[in-house]
Amino acid sequence: MMMLGNFDFDVIRRALPYLFFEGMRFTLTLTALAAFGGLVFGTLIALMRLSSYKWLGRIAGFYVDFIRSLPLVLVIFWFYFLVPYIGQWLTGASRPITVGAFASSLITFIAFEAAYFSEIMRAGIQSISKGQPAAASALGLTYAQSMRYVVLPQAFRNMLPVLLTQTIVLFQDTSLVYVLSIPDFLGAASKVAQRDGRLVEMYLFAALVYFVISCVASFGVRRLQSRIAIVR
Amino acid sequence: MNYNWNWHIFLEPNPMGTGTYLDLLLSGLVVTVKVSVLAWIIALVTGSVIGVLRTLPSRTASWIGFCWVEFFRNMPLLVQLFLWFFVLPELLPKSAGLWLKQLPNAPFWTAAIGVGLFMSARVAVQLQAGITSLPRGQKQASTALGLTTVQTYRYVLLPMAFRIILPPLTSEFLNTIKNSAVAITIGLIELTGQARSMQEFSFQVFEAFTAATVLYLLLNFVVVTAMRYLERYVAIPGYITGK
Repeated sequence: MMMLGNFDFDVIRRALPYLFFEGMRFTLTLTALAAFGGLVFGTLIALMRLSSYKWLGRIAGFYVDFIRSLPLVLVIFWFYFLVPYIGQWLTGASRPITVGAFASSLITFIAFEAAYFSEIMRAGIQSISKGQPAAASALGLTYAQSMRYVVLPQAFRNMLPVLLTQTIVLFQDTSLVYVLSIPDFLGAASKVAQRDGRLVEMYLFAALVYFVISCVASFGVRRLQSRIAIVR
Repeated sequence: MNYNWNWHIFLEPNPMGTGTYLDLLLSGLVVTVKVSVLAWIIALVTGSVIGVLRTLPSRTASWIGFCWVEFFRNMPLLVQLFLWFFVLPELLPKSAGLWLKQLPNAPFWTAAIGVGLFMSARVAVQLQAGITSLPRGQKQASTALGLTTVQTYRYVLLPMAFRIILPPLTSEFLNTIKNSAVAITIGLIELTGQARSMQEFSFQVFEAFTAATVLYLLLNFVVVTAMRYLERYVAIPGYITGK
């Protein structure tokens, strides 16, 4: 029976530098860049969906529905094998190019999250009253200017809590790069766990770290939400 | 692209000796459906209990509900599956742990329970939102009629709340199906897992993943269509979706 008496805190302590400086750094960098990229492309997709060109909207809608029907694990595999070929096609190389683990997972997560962020941004844009873009165009602003200076800043602000919540989900989802044996935080913990035969300690510790970070972050989002609610 | 496409691969026999590669993928689809349905039942039952707890006037009840939801929402599903699969048997008394480890089909049951509990937190949040969206008068009227708390929930609040939250529940069921793919990490060979093994055996990466993608899309389509019928069937007269 494995009781707390057997619990080896030292194995965690010794692994701390590796877990955080390698693993957590990978996880956090991936989360931040994927959230940023997902937001940029997600906003573009949302604008496509709401554009007056029907076919643009249809393409964007198809992309969003398509990505959202697939498990993230499958999408990760897809891109892992597909990106080298896309790279070959883009660069005109004679063989599929080698893409690093980080670049491959970043592309995957941006493509995947863009679909989810676009739905949030679409709701945000639709929450802006019609008078705003109408007033903008009455003032002589072009479509791009009206989006850039009037609609998008408000949509972004209104949706900030939802966007941040989605980023917390993304933070948890990045653990799935485990299927490519990439040493993100969980991957690093798992490596140490298997090397030292200390699965219980490492997985419990990893769970605790994810739990604390997500809890603190969602607490922050909730506070932000109540502060925004007072302003309005 | 210098990739050798071979769409006939699906009709070639697989090295497992269980028929063609297509049979391999379909057997994966069956596992995905089984795990998802079982997980969904677990999620609905526990999620409903927790969702109700969160709306009860009792402080303890809503605190338990709150802790449950926070616990299952703030850890990646993958980590939760690892906890159930690798950590739990070690923490139990030796005989119980051994029994768990030797359970036939352990990845299947772990995946169903793990994904089910993970989703239960989301079902609970949806149900809570559904119950609190009901006008206060419904509960007050039930109390005035002399219904007990159990009767109020059973006959008044829950039948309304569940119908209201049917559309979000549909997307949570779709999420359950998608999340079942995470179980590949504890060795469950479901649809994504079979696509992966087909890729390893045959080297036809893109055919394998295309087939898996199409099967997931089909599964999604079936669920969405079925739920749309259910929504129409149970719609509340007088509401926008009602008859």
